[in-house]
Amino acid sequence: MTSQDLQYEDYGPLYASRKKVYPQSVSGTFRRIKWGLMAVCLSIYYFLPFVRWNRGLGAPNQAVLIDFPNRRFYFFFIELWPQEVYYFTGLLIIAAVALFLMNSIGGRIWCGYLCPQTVWTDLFYAVERLIEGDRRERMKKDAAAHRWTPRRIYELVAKHTIWLMIAWWTGGAWVLYFSDAPTLVKDLATLQAPMVAYAWIGILTATTFVLAGFMREQVCTYMCPWPRIQASLTDEWALNVTYRYDRGEKRTSVKKAAELRALGEHVGDCVDCYQCVAVCPTGIDIRNGPQLECIQCGLCIDACDNVMTKIGRPKRLIAYDNDINIQRRQKGQAPIYRIVRPRTIIYALVIALVGGIMLYTLATRSLLDANVLHDRNPVAIRLSDGSIRNAYTMRLLNKSGFDRVVTVDVDGPANAVVHVVGADSVTPDRPMIVIGRDQTTELRLLVTAPEENNREKSIPVHFHVTDIGLGVVASATDNFVAP
Amino acid sequence: MTDHGDIDSVSGTATTGHQWDGIKELNTPLPKWWLYTFYLTIIWAVGYWIVYPAWPLLRSNTPGILHYSSRANVAVELANLDKLRGEKMAALSAASLADIEKDPALLALARARGKTVFGDNCAPCHGSGAAGAKGYPNLNDDDWLWGGTLDQIMQTIRYGARAGNAKTHEGQMLAFGKEGVLKPDQIVTVANYVRSLSGLPTRPGYDAAAGAKIFAENCTACHGEKGKGNQELGAPDLTDKIWLYGSDEATIIETIANGRAGVMPAWEGRLDPVTLKAMAVYVHSLGGGK
Repeated sequence: MTSQDLQYEDYGPLYASRKKVYPQSVSGTFRRIKWGLMAVCLSIYYFLPFVRWNRGLGAPNQAVLIDFPNRRFYFFFIELWPQEVYYFTGLLIIAAVALFLMNSIGGRIWCGYLCPQTVWTDLFYAVERLIEGDRRERMKKDAAAHRWTPRRIYELVAKHTIWLMIAWWTGGAWVLYFSDAPTLVKDLATLQAPMVAYAWIGILTATTFVLAGFMREQVCTYMCPWPRIQASLTDEWALNVTYRYDRGEKRTSVKKAAELRALGEHVGDCVDCYQCVAVCPTGIDIRNGPQLECIQCGLCIDACDNVMTKIGRPKRLIAYDNDINIQRRQKGQAPIYRIVRPRTIIYALVIALVGGIMLYTLATRSLLDANVLHDRNPVAIRLSDGSIRNAYTMRLLNKSGFDRVVTVDVDGPANAVVHVVGADSVTPDRPMIVIGRDQTTELRLLVTAPEENNREKSIPVHFHVTDIGLGVVASATDNFVAP
Repeated sequence: MTDHGDIDSVSGTATTGHQWDGIKELNTPLPKWWLYTFYLTIIWAVGYWIVYPAWPLLRSNTPGILHYSSRANVAVELANLDKLRGEKMAALSAASLADIEKDPALLALARARGKTVFGDNCAPCHGSGAAGAKGYPNLNDDDWLWGGTLDQIMQTIRYGARAGNAKTHEGQMLAFGKEGVLKPDQIVTVANYVRSLSGLPTRPGYDAAAGAKIFAENCTACHGEKGKGNQELGAPDLTDKIWLYGSDEATIIETIANGRAGVMPAWEGRLDPVTLKAMAVYVHSLGGGK
């Protein structure tokens, strides 16, 4: 086979170089919502580590803390141990389904308003606009990139310095979630902090700087999997940022439109001013219909509304609308909306169910736990009087904020007696053990029972750990084995 | 290699100009990027000579400006470990055996240390779980040849049994058959008597009175009148359910005929005093300790 036999269809190069986007500033409802949400999100992220929460002496007083050395996670009144990480599974399920719910109600709300990539890119654009000017000036300055005037150098230095400072603070806030924030800030400032803290600040400073300063909309278009998943999850009822063809087409200039209207002809409201394209942070034309790149931030709605107000036409030529209405409007039918539908009900129910299970288990979780493990070598011992002894390792977990005194009882094998190695018995055969608050203790238990009535190879044995003061009981079950 | 201007007509590649029986060698040099990377690694290696130990000298080697030495690093780490261990072990050293068992933290430390050392030194005979074997006592049960209190266990670990030092436990089961003290039929009779002491069945037609008489004349000096044993002499209790060598008639006959003198080595001097303490606590805490 020679190369002539192969048939290629030439699509051109598979790589498309980026066309830099210069979003223009805009004001309006959605811009205000975005500013507000940005303020809320950034405030939570930057300041949450400094919020204090009193847990009593000896326990960390940081409201949100991931304490790796001591293997604890603190969230206000909740304290989780490593064996309770399944709560995070629940949180992840809720987060995913909440994303689906948002999507089925209002499209890419997450992408447009809440995603860190969007929030930080928006912030970086604001800095850029403040220093270099709006869309037109920035385009001009970039086109004249070779002209290194002092003014231009100052602008670039100032912009990148401010970006770096924001990025550095972003990385810095991250590590504060893993250690006592005020102490760590002091240690960082005096160069006393551990190397790993500086390394993580460095890494996250770099990612913030690069992702928000340079990669921007490319992250959403090329790197993020969500646009693809979102496209397969959406339906005809979901509200998306939509250009209303029926109202917009045919596009004409303002003057011509007025003339034609005077003659009683149908004219579109779109005056082809390209404001919606100018403000778009991903550089697309929403009038081409729903697109993968569109993060549905609603800024084109604001831009178009401003123009419509100026030319005296009704607002919301671009608006949140669903696919069904695009078709209905073209047929001259009234738009219909349906927020409550099986899909949204199911998503909401799943969230409620998982949230409910988590709340229930969290509210009823035991603050005293016992695990027991049978000795394997030797499995069973015969004592001099012929009775049988099995040894166990018990781990007690005291998750409460106070010390406990507990006792261990055993039942199962007939006339079984339990002895805890090293425990002083206040009452004979009823060992007392102290477990410090927020600690675990490992005990060696010896269970002895006479051979009579215990000749079976294996008998279930139950250990009951009772808090002497509070009567709280934890149980663990294993087997009692004859030699 | 230099280009000789000779182009191979099939591949279109230059040849090296060499010919062997009309066969030519294609000139396909290494890729430039590869070659320059290789040169860079050579330059990089020079840096290594300067920074790290490199060139052998007559007696040693060039130390390098970092004075790096993996041997010295190990020494430092071992010293750190000793220091860390020393701090913890000082608490064990200061406390009495009984106090160690009363303090949960010290007990956990002693048990952890004891378990490791037991695995290294004692497990070959007593088993990794201290369950013993024929002739090697099970340390989990409550039957002790030389006593099961903390101090007695410590004594046995330090000086051993029949270990050939001044403080070791002495005393052994005599070979009543070999030495000609008892005749074979007498040994069978007294063996059955011994079995009867712990309620084991006896051979049909065995003379209980004769057995008791032989026992009283030969065995009570060490095992006591009722066969309860004597921990001073390491003489086992013959009335309980635990048998070091076995409770069947043949084994007991063998024991009486040939005697027994198992050896427990002395660990004093082989293990440091704190480790010995940890060992004693560990063995005591296995469950059989008195």
